[in-house]
Amino acid sequence: MKQHYNFAFIDEGAKREIRRKILKAVAIPGYQVPFGSRELPIARGWGTGGIQITLSVIGPDDVLKVIDQGCDGSVNAVNIKKFVSAVTGVKTTTDTVEATVIQTRHRIPEEKMTEEQILVLQVPYPEALRTVEPSEMETRRMHGEADYSRMWLYLYEDVVKYREISIGARYPVMVNGRYIMDPSPIPRWDIPKLHMADTLYLFGAGREKRIYAIPPYTEVKPLEFEDFKFRVEDFKGASCMRCGSTDTFLDEIIDDATGKRIYLCSDTGYCDKVIESRGGQQCRQ
Amino acid sequence: MPPIIPIIEVKNLTKIFGNGCPHCRNSTGPEHETNMCSNCGSVVACSDVFFELYPGEILGIVGESGSGKSTVVKLLHFDWEATSGEMYIQKPEVRIQNSDLDGKNLFLLSPYQKRQIINSFMGIVYQNPHLGLRMDVSSGGNIAERLIMANWKNIAMMRGRASELLEKTEIPVERMDEPPRNFSGGMQQRVQIAKALSNNPLILFLDEVTTGLDVSVQARVLDLIRNLQRELNLSIILVSHDLGVIRLLTKRTVVMKYGRIVETGLTDQILEDPQHPYTQILVSSQL
Repeated sequence: MKQHYNFAFIDEGAKREIRRKILKAVAIPGYQVPFGSRELPIARGWGTGGIQITLSVIGPDDVLKVIDQGCDGSVNAVNIKKFVSAVTGVKTTTDTVEATVIQTRHRIPEEKMTEEQILVLQVPYPEALRTVEPSEMETRRMHGEADYSRMWLYLYEDVVKYREISIGARYPVMVNGRYIMDPSPIPRWDIPKLHMADTLYLFGAGREKRIYAIPPYTEVKPLEFEDFKFRVEDFKGASCMRCGSTDTFLDEIIDDATGKRIYLCSDTGYCDKVIESRGGQQCRQ
Repeated sequence: MPPIIPIIEVKNLTKIFGNGCPHCRNSTGPEHETNMCSNCGSVVACSDVFFELYPGEILGIVGESGSGKSTVVKLLHFDWEATSGEMYIQKPEVRIQNSDLDGKNLFLLSPYQKRQIINSFMGIVYQNPHLGLRMDVSSGGNIAERLIMANWKNIAMMRGRASELLEKTEIPVERMDEPPRNFSGGMQQRVQIAKALSNNPLILFLDEVTTGLDVSVQARVLDLIRNLQRELNLSIILVSHDLGVIRLLTKRTVVMKYGRIVETGLTDQILEDPQHPYTQILVSSQL
């Protein structure tokens, strides 16, 4: 069959532009670089930022993994994987270690990623300061002058009111000591993985037309006070019902039939791997 | 005795709203009885304003509404960008390390450097508490915001400092976590003063702070300002149209009309023996 479109769907000119913007983003860690977000066969807000980055950096020899909230099998992840695979012919996988490019929504895989891999994150709201300032002009000025007191004030008020910082996902981080960045809606659990990582992290917001990056070995610190430290989610000793892991990020699920509260690994690829390493034996609880 | 060096020095300060033209300055001012340029219609809010502020001094700026006195304060605090002019600060290195600000015209600094100057040297109290305070954020948080700007990162220490300041400005410390929205006008004004003082400023701008408060509250706020000024040795620029306030607090006064300084001198002298016709009217029309 004759192919009616370019390799990786978008045209070479567009890919070059996106790669240029990625380079700029890598050069200024945490800084949001505007880019010309292209039309795709799916609507903006459904991961088009991530898809455009993936399509721009992927080559015929790459191995692709796509996850949505840690899951390889959810509709969005499957469709993106099928689409990219159809327009590039690359191999796909559910194994974090085997993949060279991983596109993700709302999670960073449990398994440690290497220098050889790229993690592409889909971003709904690239502006970390939007919570405290509605105007784009003003937030850009704030970034320009590193005027971040209002973000800190927001955290201060949270601590005073609730003795807790109420931000769950999208916890703001300071990148390279300069820019406050929205890490996309990953849970707090994944925030420490951004710091001094071996892997290149690329963030794409298709609807908001922004690309930003954390290059490998960059300092990434969650905002915290000297006497009120950042902390990750606490599962109070719960373990995954399938694989029994206690050191992973768990999804809480209420069983419809029994009304019981159960926990499962959010990273399904990792969960499967743990079960497989035990010879396919699932836990019983 | 060595001469006293002014803490800030202002020269040729000008603010023009509109496109401006070469005739703006010559066609406005008290002798033309307007601050709108007859040629291009631009408004000359202030022009050629110059003065020095000495350490520990309260300098008054007095004038009728529209005379440009608040404009001057907004320019000095970098709220508005000056059209032209110069401002120099004494020994910026005392508060800002590794910066090369000595002898530099502050109006030409980058926005980031201006912010540094504000955070380390200046405090401001506006007539309207809504301008100086975040009404939905707790009073303690309002004060903490300025401390955060000065790189404080410890909540317990920030709260300690906030309660200290609120006590000083006679706000019950138990109400620290209430937003200023819940407070009376006089209390809001005192929270604003506490906020302005949080970073230990050397220079405080007070823009019509007592206007709109009832007389007894006014007296308490003025008392507070006078005590704080003595205790902390602040240099203050006090803008007011109320000659009573000027007489009570200031030693030296600048009189403005149509964006120009018409008279400068010791407050007593100006009030007892005004030289400029406008100042004479101003003084004689006092109730």
